Amino acid sequence: MTRQKIPIYASLLVLLLASLVFAVTLGPANIAPIEVWQAIGHHLGMVETSPVSRLRDAIIWELRLPRVLVAAGVGAGLALCGAVMQALTRNPLADPYLLGLSSGASLGAVIFLLSGAALLMPLGAFIGAASAMTLTLLVARALGGATPTRAILAGICISSLAAAATSFLIFWSATGDSYREILSWLMGSLSGVVWNDAITVLVAVLAIGLPVLLSGRSLDAFAFGDSAAASLGVDVSRLRWLLLGATALLTGVLVSIGGAIGFVGLIIPHVVRLATGSRHRVLLPVSMLLGASFMIWTDTAARSLFAPRELPVGIITALLGAPIFLLVLLRYRRMT
Amino acid sequence: MTGLIVSGATVHAGGKTILDSVSLTAMPGQLTGLIGPNGAGKSTLMHAALGLTPLASGTINFDGQHLPAMPRRQRAQCAAFVEQSGSTESHLAARDVVMLGRIPFQSIWQSEPSPDDHAIVAQSMHIVGMAGLTDRLYRTLSGGEQQRLQIARALAQEPRLLILDEPTNHLDVHAQLSVLHMLQTRAKAGCTILLALHDLNLAASFCDSLVVLHQGAVVAQGAPEQVLTPALLRQVYQVDASLLADPITGRPLVAFHGPL
Repeated sequence: MTRQKIPIYASLLVLLLASLVFAVTLGPANIAPIEVWQAIGHHLGMVETSPVSRLRDAIIWELRLPRVLVAAGVGAGLALCGAVMQALTRNPLADPYLLGLSSGASLGAVIFLLSGAALLMPLGAFIGAASAMTLTLLVARALGGATPTRAILAGICISSLAAAATSFLIFWSATGDSYREILSWLMGSLSGVVWNDAITVLVAVLAIGLPVLLSGRSLDAFAFGDSAAASLGVDVSRLRWLLLGATALLTGVLVSIGGAIGFVGLIIPHVVRLATGSRHRVLLPVSMLLGASFMIWTDTAARSLFAPRELPVGIITALLGAPIFLLVLLRYRRMT
Repeated sequence: MTGLIVSGATVHAGGKTILDSVSLTAMPGQLTGLIGPNGAGKSTLMHAALGLTPLASGTINFDGQHLPAMPRRQRAQCAAFVEQSGSTESHLAARDVVMLGRIPFQSIWQSEPSPDDHAIVAQSMHIVGMAGLTDRLYRTLSGGEQQRLQIARALAQEPRLLILDEPTNHLDVHAQLSVLHMLQTRAKAGCTILLALHDLNLAASFCDSLVVLHQGAVVAQGAPEQVLTPALLRQVYQVDASLLADPITGRPLVAFHGPL
């Protein structure tokens, strides 16, 4: 078993690194992969003088690299959140977007933004995500128990409510360019991210992701429900609240920077499951690696397909994700 | 080795008393059957015995230790639970399901199951007669195979106390008999086994001792021939029935005539 797994990790790491470098080269300036390495080496102090011109260096280091890193972090984080939520709620359709967390996070972020606390947007997004998740789970329970369908219906309800409130706030307060900017961010867009965003995303993904990865085996215990997990020695309610809190926190950070990017958390874990099975000790890290590469490519497509115009990346993930969502629905039609 | 001793176990939920000072004993080496109509409190009693439902009062001792007060992992290393119908949408192979039983023994830093874990899983699957199906997806197995796999998962916990909720539910006759026969063998190997059963004739022919639960209280406990009487069946199940003797084993057989 171990022998099979190492090539998976190794090939996904190679794919991720190759995607990182290749995505940086794509775009109007015609940059070669070797220049990317030279620029990185120069900025990390490994190369004294860089042969890359200052303009091209700025494109690589200030413009494209932070964006590609944000994409990788957002993809890894969303895939992780999706996989964890699917396990905890025993709901194959769970995803930060479909359960309303993303819309809640957007609302929280917009409220903080409009009240002048732009720096605290991640906090607002976390509060929004956590409230939306709590409401969704409560509504699902009020509908008579958190079955996948009820959870999704509850998610749609909460999501619409949050989206309506967000739209109202924007309509009421934003003008001209800022209107367009906020709208594009709401649809999920990584345009204009800077190094600070990249650092925030990567720190959040690592600091929240690593402890979550360690709980993988306990997540396996949830396969047959709460009391089965408890009888295997898992502290069910503590683990559930800790992990749901962690996903809300991570979703909040990701949304505050990249907006509500849908379906990544849904489709990546499902694709990975087909290849590796449901054991979370493998599923979670593999989903993160694949999610990172996936997001780099969709974001690269978003900024290059119709260049110089840029699409919100959320449109592309939705375009790819919605059909896969349908396939998942068909596959689990017995239980929904 | 004193087995499972429940004394005065009381559970309240939603302002109602679900278990009312329940006392019972399940000895090692025996199959102890828990019978009673729906809503009698069988599942609550089993959950309480495993520490999954808190007791309002009373004690549940196993081999001298108060089970509800034991650390979770330690408890999961000696007591295993098989639920009524284990269903999952997870993409788990049969072997993965049985490997869940090793969770209480694995450290959080351990990335892969140890060779010991693999050996115990293989042995547990062999005991339930599923050794040939290790790679099959759980969802594609029949109800009887899934049930046997759940029991193998419980056996992988190397339990000294095994608690099963309706392990014969939804199984055909052959599967019912083979599950109960397998449990008898485990009991003879020294395990304490408490199982809830709906089918009184299966309970009478396989269990060494029966505990009758009615409206949250124990109304009888003892050998099947002592416990199962027309009067008790009237009182607890509201049915009219006669007791016969199995022509070969001499065990009690219930012949039902109708509801009261």
